[in-house]
Amino acid sequence: MLGIETSCDETAASVVTDDARILSNVIYSQLVQHAPHGGVVPEIAARAHLESVGRVVDEALKQAGVTWSDLSAVSATAGPGLIGGVMVGLMTGKAIAAHLDKPFLGINHLEGHALSPRLSHGVEFPYMLLLVSGGHTQILLVEDVGQYRLLGTTVDDAAGECFDKTAKLLSLPQPGGPHLEKLAGKCTDLASAIARFDLPRPLLGKKGCDFSFSGLKTAVREKLEALTTPDGTVKESDAVDLAAALQHAIAGHLSARLKKALESAPQKPKALVAAGGVAANGAVRAALEKLASEAGLPFMAPPSSLCTDNGAMIAWAGIEHFRRGRTDGMDVAARPRWPLDENRVKLST
Amino acid sequence: MAFNKVFHVKNEAELAKVAADIAPCLARGTVLVLEGDLGAGKTAFARALIRHISGDTEREVPSPTFTLVQTYDIPDGEIWHFDLYRLKHPEEVYELGWEDALASGTILMIEWAERISPLLPRFCVRVVIKPEADGTRTITVKA
Repeated sequence: MLGIETSCDETAASVVTDDARILSNVIYSQLVQHAPHGGVVPEIAARAHLESVGRVVDEALKQAGVTWSDLSAVSATAGPGLIGGVMVGLMTGKAIAAHLDKPFLGINHLEGHALSPRLSHGVEFPYMLLLVSGGHTQILLVEDVGQYRLLGTTVDDAAGECFDKTAKLLSLPQPGGPHLEKLAGKCTDLASAIARFDLPRPLLGKKGCDFSFSGLKTAVREKLEALTTPDGTVKESDAVDLAAALQHAIAGHLSARLKKALESAPQKPKALVAAGGVAANGAVRAALEKLASEAGLPFMAPPSSLCTDNGAMIAWAGIEHFRRGRTDGMDVAARPRWPLDENRVKLST
Repeated sequence: MAFNKVFHVKNEAELAKVAADIAPCLARGTVLVLEGDLGAGKTAFARALIRHISGDTEREVPSPTFTLVQTYDIPDGEIWHFDLYRLKHPEEVYELGWEDALASGTILMIEWAERISPLLPRFCVRVVIKPEADGTRTITVKA
């Protein structure tokens, strides 16, 4: 299965077999980093996807060591995302499928993320998924292919956005998350850092499993202003403590809401899974591992190559559907908005 | 006609009240620019406006930083909520349906509009949110 992903900033393509072997997983920005003359890292422009998608698909086949005729079917992200980018990938996928006379599947990008633990770890249904990245913070009970129960989502900022924006406030380089984690790692006394800043605990005591990160961001901005010395700088030890307290607060918020989701789930999941870039954060991961162990569930997280936007998860979601007999017509349209649970009623807890 | 009004608010509830107060002044086709630093309350202000105009106090209005634009159906049209924080070049806004947005006469709310300042229409309503040292906000509405 060839999978093509163009819904966000990355142009990506991958070849995956139906026994979950990833033969190739190509991302354009990584390709150009290794190119002798460098290149332009893709931006949000659809034009950038258009310029890179052919090369990325060629490279995915080449690295996989397969030819066009080896493909059984083609999948491409059909949404949600920026309409221009989505259309480039979708049209490319359709054109390849039509030319090869092979089946085509239009895949929901979020479903790609949701099913990726089955590609990496063979997780069985149902499982509790925390999807945490720069753009998403969702708790999903993944019951089956196509059966996703949204238990919670962010009412304002995504968790990754909170990391990135507070890192920016701390004058750290982007991507903010890893830099903030590094800074927080210098903290020698986490307990007193937490006590010192007393950051808000969002939605504490509120019903449901939704998230809110905007208040944390504002709190960090206010604490920073108070810490700023007359010459406009912040002492590193202060920044370290604040970063550590913030990271602790984000991890705590994620795990507190997830705990509620586990308690209120209509059926007991077989595993707790975290996907998305924020799941790579050590403090977040430790909090989730602790939660899983308290709930008596195995914890797993797909590797970062499958957590950032990639073609392999799109190919895999295509395989999961294809195995169940689904294919799409050539009339499947790009959808900027496409909630995963649109056929379900949001669970009130 | 120059309009310039300053509000002082102590919390998010008061900020929402200001948004509700100016909502009736926003005719279709209004371009509303929201200015302020990270964490000032731009999205909170936009959220309060969208909720007030759509008459749904619980309406989900997530941050558009990642998606760059979110659209909301309202009784007689749409609201487009842009966050151009991640834009590197002004022209990228055309990828987001900018021309359609301007032509359709919807209400546009734009955060980080300075990213596209050469492309902004001449007449915008500006809402400047300035956090003060004591945690309050000064909101200036200019039209």
